[in-house]
Amino acid sequence: MILLAEFESPKVEYATISPLLIVVGAAILGVLVEAFVPRAWRYPVQVGVAALGLLIALADTVRVGLALDTLDAGLLARGSLAVENSMVVDGPTVFLWGTLLVMSLISVLLFAERRLEGGLTSFAGQAAALPGTDAEREASTRGIEHTEVFPLLLFAVTGMLLFPASNDLLLMFVALEVLSLPLYLLCGLARRRRLLSQEAAMKYFLLGAFSSAFFLYGVALIYGFAGSFELADIDAAVSASSGANAYLLGGIGLMAVGLLFKVGAAPFHAWTPDVYQGAPTAVTAFMAACTKIAAFGALMRVFYVAFGGASWDWRPLMWVVAILTMVVGSVIAITQTDVKRMLAYSSIAHAGFVLVGFAGVYAGTGDVVGVTSVSSVLFYLAAYGFSTIGAFAIITLVRDAGGETTALSRWAGLGREAPVLAGTFAFFLLAFAGIPLTSGFIGKWAVFAAAWAGGAWPLVVVAVVMSAVAAFFYVRVIVAMFFSDPVDIKPAVAVPSILTTGVITVTALATVALGVVPGPVLDLAQQAGAFVR
Amino acid sequence: MNTEHYLTLSALLFTIGATGVLVRRNAIVVFMSVELMLNATNLAFVSFSRAHGQLDGQVAAFFVMVVAAAEVVVGLAIIVAIFRSRRSASVDDASLLKY
Repeated sequence: MILLAEFESPKVEYATISPLLIVVGAAILGVLVEAFVPRAWRYPVQVGVAALGLLIALADTVRVGLALDTLDAGLLARGSLAVENSMVVDGPTVFLWGTLLVMSLISVLLFAERRLEGGLTSFAGQAAALPGTDAEREASTRGIEHTEVFPLLLFAVTGMLLFPASNDLLLMFVALEVLSLPLYLLCGLARRRRLLSQEAAMKYFLLGAFSSAFFLYGVALIYGFAGSFELADIDAAVSASSGANAYLLGGIGLMAVGLLFKVGAAPFHAWTPDVYQGAPTAVTAFMAACTKIAAFGALMRVFYVAFGGASWDWRPLMWVVAILTMVVGSVIAITQTDVKRMLAYSSIAHAGFVLVGFAGVYAGTGDVVGVTSVSSVLFYLAAYGFSTIGAFAIITLVRDAGGETTALSRWAGLGREAPVLAGTFAFFLLAFAGIPLTSGFIGKWAVFAAAWAGGAWPLVVVAVVMSAVAAFFYVRVIVAMFFSDPVDIKPAVAVPSILTTGVITVTALATVALGVVPGPVLDLAQQAGAFVR
Repeated sequence: MNTEHYLTLSALLFTIGATGVLVRRNAIVVFMSVELMLNATNLAFVSFSRAHGQLDGQVAAFFVMVVAAAEVVVGLAIIVAIFRSRRSASVDDASLLKY
């Protein structure tokens, strides 16, 4: 029998994990605002709470980053375990936290845009009201909106911050669900085309729950193999085991299914186009940037730290997945006639390019700080995140009477109608294609260099060929915008408020800056160093 | 009875659940199959916990139950919303988004 005196309270390093606590605190505050603040005041208060919470968390992340302990003299690994070894705050964690918080702050501005729908947000006024009924019309004439989207976004960000920082597989599963559940709901909350939006939410939910179950069974098998949930213990067990162990291999495979689903890699990509197309565009932008960052962070941590010793067992699998993902994403994107759906396939192709860097498993030479798999992937995710949010922000502006027009045919002649907007969109597409002087080029160069140094040259060859294929469909959109005549009705470009304009400006500037002077951010990614175990 | 039997049962339940997700048409039944997969995992956690002589796996089972409960709330909300607007919870009917 355990006496109360014997019970030791767990030691929690509040100062180290405070960015996470600030975001979850802001989310809970948002729920209270929903309950106690009068309806007329909710929108400004919610936006303020969300933006301020994320901003403070970002400043706090900088503080945590500067205070990291150096474990190794050569900046190879910095940071420490926290909360009874269940979390780890190290260089990559802090870099991912910073990137995630910047991206989600930008997404909050997109969520808060109200001018495009005539004074209301682009989320359903009353999600419970049936589409096309009087109740729905009444909600919109009375100006009712769901300001719950802001706390939901903050809860999703909490899960995203926790996901790559967990040093414990059980915590990682909980983080996976905390990031997914709010996203399922957000996907179903579009104001226009609600049937599409609800369908996207259902597909995302059923497939997401299915893949989490696979992830969880993988965790169970790994627990059976190692007798612990901690990554360092699993690593020790992997190193100590000789020969193939069915639990270990089964666990690696099943966990890979769950993680690769979240990054949208083929053959687990089927949800991506449907969900990206059906979800409200602001949510798509948030998901496309932030979920990828969090999921790749977790993927790298699990496979490099826990399964690093078995890397010869999982590397062939990752090679196949990377090649398949690049080919599926690039080739199917060519046939798309919807801009949002095309960007979804483009995001699948980009997941493939990031997987190339990941599957290279290049840890650097040790003495010189250079491009490693970890630092190249971190940089790529930051570069891709900015351009993708910018591109989706532009999609929210091309509209007709029924809301956004995403059919590619309706975008014809946009270059003459709105040269600046079309030019910016073309610039984002060129960044996706990886043209020099954009962030996409530096990102691609970094992941390919890391993969090449790691001996994965066949992957790099496929990746270069697929980049050329991908460039084709990006250029096709540019040709449609600038060199073809509008079919019947001219596309209309809505004038947004400062929020969306600001988002587009910031993301475009970041895309230029990361392409022309990548040094600072690339340095930051390299300084992040290796994972602490 | 040794641990292997329980693990075999858990793998069997997991497979039945996974098959259910793939072949059933009603979203509620698909979702129930996912829950079956999660509970199969709980059985695996508890058996491994017993085999290792630790409590970690049993604690994990509690966490999974709580997460599954949260998932039910969100999942049923989405399925009920789609049922009310379409008068159908069939996953085959929800086919506006394709190709």
